[in-house]
Amino acid sequence: MINLNVNGKQYSVDVAPDTPLLWVIRENLDLTGTKFGCGIAQCGACTVHLNGTPIRSCTTPVSSAEGAMITTIEGVASADALHPIQQAWIEEQVPQCGYCQSGQIMSAVALLRDNPAPTDGEIDAAMSGNICRCGMYGRVKRAIKRVASNDVQIFDPQTSLEVQNG
Amino acid sequence: MGKWTRRGFITAGVISGSALVVGVAIRPGHRTPELAKYVAGEGESLINAWVKIDQDNKVTVIVPHSEMGQGAQTALAQMLADELDAKWEDVTFQEAPAEDGYANAPMGKGYVLGDMAIPKALVGTIDGVFMQAAQAMHLQITGGSASIRTTGVYGMRVAGAAAREMLIDSAAQSWGVESTEISTDQGMLIHQVSGRKEPYAAFAALAGQRTPSATPKLKSADQFKIMGQHKPRLDIPAKVDGSAKFGIDVVVEGMKYATVNASPVFGGTVESFDAAKAEKMAGVVGIVNLGDAMAVVADGYWQAKQALAAIDIHWSSTASDRVNSEKIFEQFQQDIEKAVASGDAKTDIQVGEASSILANASSVVSRKYQVPYLAHACMEPMNAVATVKDGKCDIRMGTQNPLGFKHEVAAALGMESADVTITNYFMGGGFGRRSNSDVAIQAARIAREVGVPVKLIWSREEDVQHDHYRPAVASNFQAVLNAEGLPVAWANQYVDKHEPTEAPLIPYAIANQDIQYVDSPTHVPFGPWRSVDHSQHGFFTESFIDELAVEAKQDPYQYRRELLSEQPRHRAVLDLVAEKAGWDKPLGKNRGRGIALQESFGTIVAEVVEVTVENAEVSVDRVVIAVDAGFAVAPDGLTAQMESGIIYGLTAALYGEISIEGGSVKQANFDTYPMVRMDDAPEIETHIINSFESWGGAGEPGTPGTAPALTNAIFAATGTRIRQLPVSNYALNVDFVEDEA
Repeated sequence: MINLNVNGKQYSVDVAPDTPLLWVIRENLDLTGTKFGCGIAQCGACTVHLNGTPIRSCTTPVSSAEGAMITTIEGVASADALHPIQQAWIEEQVPQCGYCQSGQIMSAVALLRDNPAPTDGEIDAAMSGNICRCGMYGRVKRAIKRVASNDVQIFDPQTSLEVQNG
Repeated sequence: MGKWTRRGFITAGVISGSALVVGVAIRPGHRTPELAKYVAGEGESLINAWVKIDQDNKVTVIVPHSEMGQGAQTALAQMLADELDAKWEDVTFQEAPAEDGYANAPMGKGYVLGDMAIPKALVGTIDGVFMQAAQAMHLQITGGSASIRTTGVYGMRVAGAAAREMLIDSAAQSWGVESTEISTDQGMLIHQVSGRKEPYAAFAALAGQRTPSATPKLKSADQFKIMGQHKPRLDIPAKVDGSAKFGIDVVVEGMKYATVNASPVFGGTVESFDAAKAEKMAGVVGIVNLGDAMAVVADGYWQAKQALAAIDIHWSSTASDRVNSEKIFEQFQQDIEKAVASGDAKTDIQVGEASSILANASSVVSRKYQVPYLAHACMEPMNAVATVKDGKCDIRMGTQNPLGFKHEVAAALGMESADVTITNYFMGGGFGRRSNSDVAIQAARIAREVGVPVKLIWSREEDVQHDHYRPAVASNFQAVLNAEGLPVAWANQYVDKHEPTEAPLIPYAIANQDIQYVDSPTHVPFGPWRSVDHSQHGFFTESFIDELAVEAKQDPYQYRRELLSEQPRHRAVLDLVAEKAGWDKPLGKNRGRGIALQESFGTIVAEVVEVTVENAEVSVDRVVIAVDAGFAVAPDGLTAQMESGIIYGLTAALYGEISIEGGSVKQANFDTYPMVRMDDAPEIETHIINSFESWGGAGEPGTPGTAPALTNAIFAATGTRIRQLPVSNYALNVDFVEDEA
């Protein structure tokens, strides 16, 4: 049995320790917002936070996530409101097919928590691990800047720490 | 009340000006209850197959196209809602179920008739014929950038207008007034004179009893309230919180997970295998030999994948085992040469005397171009959930062609089509890949074999190596220029023709043209890839015209412009892109601009790409695109499709290459089949022209012009002419001396 803390909830799963965290999240915990894209940490569709750090869950053995705080796309919003990044994604009409967007949003949330006013170069560096086959990079960047430039409080799903921008 | 005629049964209505339209009319309790049950809920009246109005005045638009990110469902809903005069906030959409009654008749019509102009005299008979044709072809396809220009123009708008008239007539009857005295707004029926005002819902049931008008009056563009406005896409909220359900997210009771390994060489089969080790591995439920592939079914995907890797498979040898890309391109040139010599080449267009002009010219400009195979690489790897039980098959997946899949799965399993149900989900990218039923059939066969519901998921490697590919193509050109440097003859010979048939044709006024094609089959499976044949011909023709401008020592924009005197729409698009891109503004050292023009799927697009080439690396700085799609129903949606088409085309132009070695695909995953990422994505500016000419598509037209605009820009920056994609195979010379050409 492996014990996992995902989005603040405790789970106990009976899986082989080398099973990638991605498949445990999707198949054992039924949290299907986290996506499979490549299986070799090349596309970012499977991005989740492990103690606040964005990681590729498709190459992370579940055993190494035991005892850590895991956050998935389902845990990003607060009880009554979307995360500002999610709101910005709607306002900029970012998603097309939408498949990569959970991973994009997880990368963006981590970026803005650590760096509330990133430069273009810093956005590129933080987001270039996430492939979007619909090519919505311009909109992803605009949405990130929208949050970065707005004087909004960012809800941090990891610590609930509020970061003031601006 | 008139009788429920065959005409009433299959059409909502009909003709406006020269346009002919079809709608599927459904009435609960009449001859189509098998369809009504899918879309009519408690207390709801069904007006016709494209619209439903419930008791709360909520309007549901029933869309016979699936959503793969192109936003067509929202745009189609806008078209219907506008003609209906609905309140946009009360409008939602629902995808039509995969039933034959929903076969996409407008689309069949659009495909068969091309420009969709139908002689009035045929109107009375043609509706039924087309519905039958569409059913026979099992058309419920999302592709060909067709949603707006066929279903939207010929289905949605007419259905909305017909429904509105039926509501007005119903209200007029109840109120005892003339229909002409009733106006509509925001989902309300209004009788100004008496001050009566009632929601559509009040008359929905009554309207459902009426026969749709044969000639509902459509709005003129100045009456549009919802079309042409930016409306946030209805599918987006579910795509930011992880709740959107894609095919890969489907869970059914008792489901197990499967994955497959198909013969690396296309056409190969399993000769023998040893699964002794795999059978004993944890969680393994079954091992299935599919003939051309091995499958493992297990409690989870990871277990299935591990066990699959543990099977020792011996593949049969095939005639293609020693085929490689180099040999394929040699074959293309040999086949072109042979067919041209023997007169076996087929003709796309032959006007004037191109061959004799070429034969007698003192100077001929000859160029050869080629493009490689390309995989689609949808973000969501191929998958399908199948349950085969009690002689029935249930498939859940994201598909561009649910109705076609229903029939193809039935045929593969030896079942009746009526025993196969397809439930469609969001697609994590389609681009043409999800129009092939191979994965659905595999899932169904595996599920039948193991006797439990199965979710089949392909690995990314399987996806890249067992796609249905944009073909590798070679295309040769010859031209003769007159004293002014303008082409008087244009000849072109290429291999591998699919669709659209007009893809190799050029808009330029060249009096003598001879465009021919040659069959040169390979063992690599073909599939439609975003913009299909335009994806290669856009590169070929817009590279060659650029080379002719260089030969003539003329500006590539002005050169094209000169040849567009009879094409005002093309010229306007070209002028707009040149103006917005600042075509005449000089760029610095190692920088260059390239231009390209391409009409596809009824939409005219021109692009200017700006590049910087430094240390043999190309940086794509900016892309400006101008687009005339007739009318932009959803301007932000059209813009998003241009952005998307450009990035898709840019990935292909810069890096895209599926190469064949030993009969099989060399690339396997995103490390060997790289994609444009944010750090190499350009700024994109989209400029829209509403010409109000015939409405075109949006999903594909942004792609074809990107590669030639890029390579023309690289030529401008470096003097290196790229005639074989992708760009990444070239060592680019950075010390370009201006006069090289």
